[in-house]
Amino acid sequence: MSDSNSPGLTGAGEPGEPTWPEYLAAGGSASGAAASASADHGGGHAAPHRIIGTPPPAATRTMLAQPGEGGGQVKRPELPPDSDDPVRAKKAELIVAACFVLATLAGLGFMVAYALVGVGSVTGALHSNLWLGGTTSLVFLLLGVGAVIWVRHLMPSVELTEQRHPLRSTEAERAAFKETFEEGAAASQFVKRPLIRRTLIAASVPLVVAPLFLLRDMGPLPGDSLGTTVWRKGLRLLAYGTGRPITVAEFNSPGSLLSVGPEGYLNDDDAMAKAAVIIIKFRPGQLQPPTKLNWTVNDIVAYSKICTHVGCPAALYEQTTHHILCPCHQSTFDAAHGAKVLFGPATRPLPQLPIGVDSQGFLIATGGFDEPVGPSYWERS
Amino acid sequence: MSVERALESTGNWLDDRLHGARGVRVLLRKIFPDHWSFLLGEIILYSFIILLLTGTFLTFWFQPSMTDVIYHGSYVPLRGVRMSEAYASTLKISFDVRGGLLMRQIHHWAADLFMAGIFIHMIRIFFTGAYRKPREINWLIGIVLLTLGLVEGLFGYSLPDDLLSGAGLRITEGVLQSVPLVGSYLAFFLFGGPFPGNQIIGRMYIIHVLLIPGLLLALITAHLFLMFHQKHTQMPGKGRTNENVVGAPMYPYFMAKTGAFFFFVFAAVTIASTFVQINPIWLYGPYNPVAMSAGSQPDFYMGALEGSLRIMPAWQWVVFGHTFAFNVFVPALLPLGLVFGGAAVWPFLEQWITGDRREHHINDRPRNAPTRTAIGIAVITFYGVLWAEGANDLIADHLDIPLYWITWAARVGIFVAPAIAYILTKRICIGLQRKDNHLIEHGVETGVIRQLPGGEFIEETRPVDEERLAVLISRVAHPALPAGGTAEAEVPAPGMRGGLGRMRERMYRVITESAPMPSAHGNGHGDGHGDGQLAETNGHEGHGREPTSASATAPPAESRPGEGEH
Repeated sequence: MSDSNSPGLTGAGEPGEPTWPEYLAAGGSASGAAASASADHGGGHAAPHRIIGTPPPAATRTMLAQPGEGGGQVKRPELPPDSDDPVRAKKAELIVAACFVLATLAGLGFMVAYALVGVGSVTGALHSNLWLGGTTSLVFLLLGVGAVIWVRHLMPSVELTEQRHPLRSTEAERAAFKETFEEGAAASQFVKRPLIRRTLIAASVPLVVAPLFLLRDMGPLPGDSLGTTVWRKGLRLLAYGTGRPITVAEFNSPGSLLSVGPEGYLNDDDAMAKAAVIIIKFRPGQLQPPTKLNWTVNDIVAYSKICTHVGCPAALYEQTTHHILCPCHQSTFDAAHGAKVLFGPATRPLPQLPIGVDSQGFLIATGGFDEPVGPSYWERS
Repeated sequence: MSVERALESTGNWLDDRLHGARGVRVLLRKIFPDHWSFLLGEIILYSFIILLLTGTFLTFWFQPSMTDVIYHGSYVPLRGVRMSEAYASTLKISFDVRGGLLMRQIHHWAADLFMAGIFIHMIRIFFTGAYRKPREINWLIGIVLLTLGLVEGLFGYSLPDDLLSGAGLRITEGVLQSVPLVGSYLAFFLFGGPFPGNQIIGRMYIIHVLLIPGLLLALITAHLFLMFHQKHTQMPGKGRTNENVVGAPMYPYFMAKTGAFFFFVFAAVTIASTFVQINPIWLYGPYNPVAMSAGSQPDFYMGALEGSLRIMPAWQWVVFGHTFAFNVFVPALLPLGLVFGGAAVWPFLEQWITGDRREHHINDRPRNAPTRTAIGIAVITFYGVLWAEGANDLIADHLDIPLYWITWAARVGIFVAPAIAYILTKRICIGLQRKDNHLIEHGVETGVIRQLPGGEFIEETRPVDEERLAVLISRVAHPALPAGGTAEAEVPAPGMRGGLGRMRERMYRVITESAPMPSAHGNGHGDGHGDGQLAETNGHEGHGREPTSASATAPPAESRPGEGEH
């Protein structure tokens, strides 16, 4: 076994030969694995770590070792050098190696799959995902399995004990800290001169508050914009998706429902986030107050689609019961009775939009909503 | 030998500059206790590393822009559709970048694993009392990490600007609006104007990829440093005391094990991403504020919040021209506020009630803290009711139960179920304690019946083996209240006076409710743990958990120089 201070080592600038005690304290006497472990005891205080030159024979040094010098004794290693069961270890070694070889192959397979499996279509992407993911999974799985077998069957089992110490510092340490801190506080004059202390604190207040001002331009003030939509008298109702206007004649099947938006705003998400509307066709006589019957035309009623709970599109409609259900939190509204709330966390009915028919027979709004649509907010009265 | 050569060249080169030999050696021999539940924290750490790596990959193509484009890419069904650049670039990552779909799915699965890991890790810490002194700071850091993780996840899955996550943003906007006084301002400032605007994706993006990951990284570092510095807790067992750590050294054992575990975490996430599709945004379509699909569900960690919104009755006040939307801001803030806030306060509350100011390094068995365990199960039940309610539409659909019944059941269950869980858990814990006491005091029943000369029949017992006994006797008695700390005392001790003192006394009685401590047993194993555990009122030393005998592998203390004092 070669020695830890072989001639190949360059010293940390030591000009001359070290003295014997220095050499011993540096751990030169310990043999093998213990040498590196005990070298730290020479640490900051006693001797140089490394020595240039040919060391004397190991046996001599061991006999000269001085107990209590830290690194001077032969130490029993804490970790046994060999596996618990050499026969099983040999077998385990082969399995681990096989895992690692397969992992290498899987890694190479990844590169091949990357080069060969093209993407650019759904099937291509899914195939690529399968191949790249499969090979990556194999690499990691095999590395993991190999490492676990390595730890469990090759490394000798060991259990060591380390002492804990109370985290609380000793009284002396605390006293020393207190002294140092108080010295510093006194030297800084911070405590002695309340004038600068208080003015500094005063100066730091704007420093904390001013950055909040910077956030002001994150957005415009809401003003009354939450209370209004783009709907106004005369705007046609266009079917969402196709963008076509709707005649009373073609929207004539009772129970049918259509999502509509105001003419000119279908592609304006900001406007549609408040202006989305559903129209529902009823049989004569089915619509009852509190539905505003004079705001309907030919038993077609229009309600805001924006749920009054937190603003999801209330998109589900049950024909037989006339229930409008919001899929987010299940607020349920009765479409035949002014969209009043039947169940769920919404507090207000879906606002009704007054509609009529223009000269060409298309559905139009005969006015805007008479109340804010969508979720509640502080300024809403 | 190559090891020596490496140490001589690289090792010495580094040591010449860093003076590391002493410190790093201590590090290499640092002892890590072993228990499967200690791996839960590692799942989180490794998920986080996976998230950083895959997230960086995704940023190479992702465009955090809400500018409208018409799609002309590889996904045929959406060609010609108007969508945001964010959505279009996510389609590109999924279909036109090799490995892009895999990285997206790994990123999403790892995020779910990250959050699941945090929840389970937190539950483990709570039930074993590992948050107790001196680890309260790490417990608080953990709660901040959990909260940050929720926001990070919400913002992350909202980035692709698809229909599903857009609904989540709409709900976020509605919740913000409901906040009294400043709600509409909050919403307008976050979205840069009316919803949806053209700002939110860019803003969430920078928060998601820089601000929160930076905070997470800093806090995780602090979390790990504290764990390292204070040394890990250990499970009770033979040779393990409150003053030692028993386990394998970091180098090579812990390093190899944790390396293997990293591979397994990565493998699990990759396998899931290979075979189980997650968040197929191309099926949802780009966001628009008009459409919504039924059965929409957020990621699981937002489920309780969703359920909380669903469970709330429609309560609202309009006072002096202003709206108090209790139906929205109460469920958005109160339930999770109670759970997280309560978790943050709990270690200090428990310490104040019990007066236990000792350091605790040996984990409690959950049964040995019946009230704490019962509270934990009650909170999990509470959270679970909200979580299930968050999927009430799916439950109704799959189990064919009327939807409103489920909501009504949850409205009642949210109060009743935790109470039942509390009572049941406490009884079970105390029952298990009694069983343990029986084992300690009388040993294991062998089933062998013997007749004594007097005619009496007895069952033979044999002593509990040492390993098991060490676990059984790990229970620590609570310190008594300060002398005179009862209502009957004529002069109550300071801290026990007045209404607050009486409240503390009542809570003390509840929190310390347990089976009696086992009496010294007579099965021949009485060395070292007879009276120590019954006299527990002083100092941090008094754990009554002397090792029954020095472990054979335990080296003498002086062979472990310098440990722990870095």
